Amino acid sequence: MNIDWTNFTPWASLSGGIVIGLATALYLFGTGRIAGIAGILASPLRTILAGASLRPEANRLLFVLGLLVAPWCWRLVAPLPSATIDVGPAGLVLAGLLVGVGVRMGNGCTSGHGVCGLSRFSLRSLVNVLAFMGAGFVTVFVLRHLMWV
Amino acid sequence: MGNVFGLLSGLIFGLGLILAGMTDPLKVKAFLDLAGAWDPSLALVMGSAIVLGVIVFVRAAKRERAWTGAAMEIPNIRTIDARLVVGGMLFGAGWGIGGFCPGPALVALGSGMGAAGIFVAAMLAGMVLHDRFLGPR
Repeated sequence: MNIDWTNFTPWASLSGGIVIGLATALYLFGTGRIAGIAGILASPLRTILAGASLRPEANRLLFVLGLLVAPWCWRLVAPLPSATIDVGPAGLVLAGLLVGVGVRMGNGCTSGHGVCGLSRFSLRSLVNVLAFMGAGFVTVFVLRHLMWV
Repeated sequence: MGNVFGLLSGLIFGLGLILAGMTDPLKVKAFLDLAGAWDPSLALVMGSAIVLGVIVFVRAAKRERAWTGAAMEIPNIRTIDARLVVGGMLFGAGWGIGGFCPGPALVALGSGMGAAGIFVAAMLAGMVLHDRFLGPR
């Protein structure tokens, strides 16, 4: 294994994780729910498609709004860090479909199973995290080292 | 009040993702690339969020109600089945292709990155597709 010391950001990443943990705590103590973003997105989506009232979904929709405006608030104090997408539109559609189907089938993503589930020592979440991390490692290995994409 | 907590938590969560560097798909993929130049940053993000999370969930388990008065709804499902594993694998494959998981994709979309919009639209379509045709029976 060959660590990329130039791009490794230990302090920013450790502090970013603490901030994410604080947001999780605020949502949990505030609303009584875990901050699993897949569920926070899927629940209002289901409600819209069912044509039911969105009122019970308000706190989730606002959580999504918070994520969307976060970069605007960041820009008030500092320029946003660079972000690079290295796949084309077809790749993004495939990636999005897989993530959408996968997080619904497995009932959670990096935040719900990863952060919240592992914090509760949930074996169920650990199994899901190992599955998605494993698949992520294999996918990047195949794409970068076998197919040279 | 629940709405204020929703908005604030989403905002703080998003700022945390930006600070952590997780809104850059290339950085996420550098974590997933064990055989290349490996960037362990993502492990530290999850690690520190979980260390704090352990304390948070221990305290939350002792509460019956949230600050808003709503009941605490901490999941207690223990089922480990094929859907949990296959779902995780599909998610991981998509994560490896795009370098996006749901939270960072929404933050990237908010920052005005058009390509993130393609990912988010496809992700929402995938969620609907799952719930229509692939849901548990």
